[in-house]
Amino acid sequence: MTSTARRGRSSAVAAGPAVLWFLLFMIAPLVVLFVVSVGVRGPGGGYLPGFTLANYGELETRLVPILNTVRFSLIGTAVTLVVAYPLAYYLAMKAGRMRMVLLALIIVPFWTSMLIRTYAWIFLLGNNGIPEVLSTLGLADDLRLLNTPFAIVIGIVYNYLPLMLLPIYVSLERIDPSLRAASKDLGADRLATFRQVTLPLSAPGVLSGCLLVFIPVMGEYLIPVLLGGGRSYFLGNALADLFLQSRNWPLGAALAGSFILLMSFVVVGYSRLTRRLAGPLPTEGVL
Amino acid sequence: MKTARFDRLLSGYALLVYLFLFVPIAVVVVFSFNSGRHVTQLEGLSLTWYEQAWTDPFILEALRNSLQISTASAVIATLFGTAAAIGVTGLRPRAQRTIEMMTYVAVVIPAIVLGLSLLLAFVTFADWLNPWLAYLWPGDTPPELGLGKISVIAGESVFGIAVVMIVLKARIAQMDASLRNASADLYAPPLRTLFQVTLPQLGSAIFGGFILAFTFAFDDFIIAFFTRGQSQTLPILLFSSIRRGVSPAINAIASVLILVTLLALLLALFVLTRRGRSTAGAIPEESAQEPPARGGGSPASGTPSGGQARVADPQPERVRR
Repeated sequence: MTSTARRGRSSAVAAGPAVLWFLLFMIAPLVVLFVVSVGVRGPGGGYLPGFTLANYGELETRLVPILNTVRFSLIGTAVTLVVAYPLAYYLAMKAGRMRMVLLALIIVPFWTSMLIRTYAWIFLLGNNGIPEVLSTLGLADDLRLLNTPFAIVIGIVYNYLPLMLLPIYVSLERIDPSLRAASKDLGADRLATFRQVTLPLSAPGVLSGCLLVFIPVMGEYLIPVLLGGGRSYFLGNALADLFLQSRNWPLGAALAGSFILLMSFVVVGYSRLTRRLAGPLPTEGVL
Repeated sequence: MKTARFDRLLSGYALLVYLFLFVPIAVVVVFSFNSGRHVTQLEGLSLTWYEQAWTDPFILEALRNSLQISTASAVIATLFGTAAAIGVTGLRPRAQRTIEMMTYVAVVIPAIVLGLSLLLAFVTFADWLNPWLAYLWPGDTPPELGLGKISVIAGESVFGIAVVMIVLKARIAQMDASLRNASADLYAPPLRTLFQVTLPQLGSAIFGGFILAFTFAFDDFIIAFFTRGQSQTLPILLFSSIRRGVSPAINAIASVLILVTLLALLLALFVLTRRGRSTAGAIPEESAQEPPARGGGSPASGTPSGGQARVADPQPERVRR
């Protein structure tokens, strides 16, 4: 009895510093964020204590970046899914012995700095990059790629592909090959097997991949600034401007606070929904 | 027949995606060796841009800051994260769930939200504390709290601790509890079990966690962007020069960053997979290699079953760490 109590105490001591760190540098700042969001803007920017909901009312004026961000995040997530799924299928079903190497190769670029990955596309999409190559080949003249919505979507797909691919790969890889064999034996052709067996069984991977991409893209700053040329104003740009340029902290805090709340709702609602949709799926529906 | 064509199509597609992934990075690296001033015309190989970057005092300053920040936050993350990952297993389920929840939040919270919350918190608290410091300080020039390297380190460590804890949690779950139990049964005090049984088994995972935390902090832009105050880091310097326009010198810095990250990552991958294989049920093999280095071990340690005997052996000379 005493020894378990002592063990509990030493465990608490061991976990203490990390917990303290989280409390001081993650939880407390989030509390401060919500406190500032109901405060008043100071004369030279910054913050004065107070209690008002005016900042949340003023959010209406920032509706454009919010809607912009949601739209681009949805489109970007969808395109990433379309690009990632066939590759995940290839890796799980066809890659054979090279599988682990190929998987590692997917992750390698992901670990290099996101700034550099995005910069690389400025380089490629800029006037002297792909557009020039295309016009030299006589394929297209005066093509503008950089600072367009297209560039933003490319940036999203490029930076977040692994987050979509890995969960899909895992769920595809777990599928019992005998299920697909059974489907074939029962006379289903490739497409029918894919539609009725493979796709439903990989649904959990697809759903979690979409969430894993959607969340960080919603908070994206670098991609819209560098590839969108600031034309498509994102939530991230709006926040950076409010905090670092115009220094309207209470409004910025209100925007960030509602962003956090919105994302929490999305995460909770989404996981409820997926549990209902994809929960009973594995094997039961097929057998 | 049709299947073969489909497979070929799929392989071709996979190849395209891999090109899509690697060509952009390769282009940046190749152009960093370009000798000409023109960013987009390859004229010849040279190291001009590396030389220029290497002699630029601003770049060097930023590099030094980046290395300091990422080393400090990786050390913090490794110490605290390791202690917590081991300690959490001895806590009550509710406390375990709470800590797991915090780790989860630290990973999924958008970096921009964490960054600006930290900015607010640091500035607010510095505003409160600075008058007190000035009042209480014995000398004439009291220190002023504010944004700087310290605040960046604090922010980067949040994610780092979470990463270390997640890496270690996976390894602890794989770990054979019987080794720890055997150690306890043989009257090893808990701390000795920790240093002789638990930590050696976790060594590679701890190192892997350190490297991941380091590369994250080294590459991070967003958290540093909000919490840096006047200090410069390499990604931030890179960002401001990119906004002024592309230049070959940027390619050189970017290539160095890519190289540092990839080397660290390869190292981590190597250590993690090598050790992962050897602990996954091959502990005897490890013990068979180790006895010579330890000098007169117990007679059983040379045999395949020596893993447990070694761990259980209560000879005092083993207390080395």
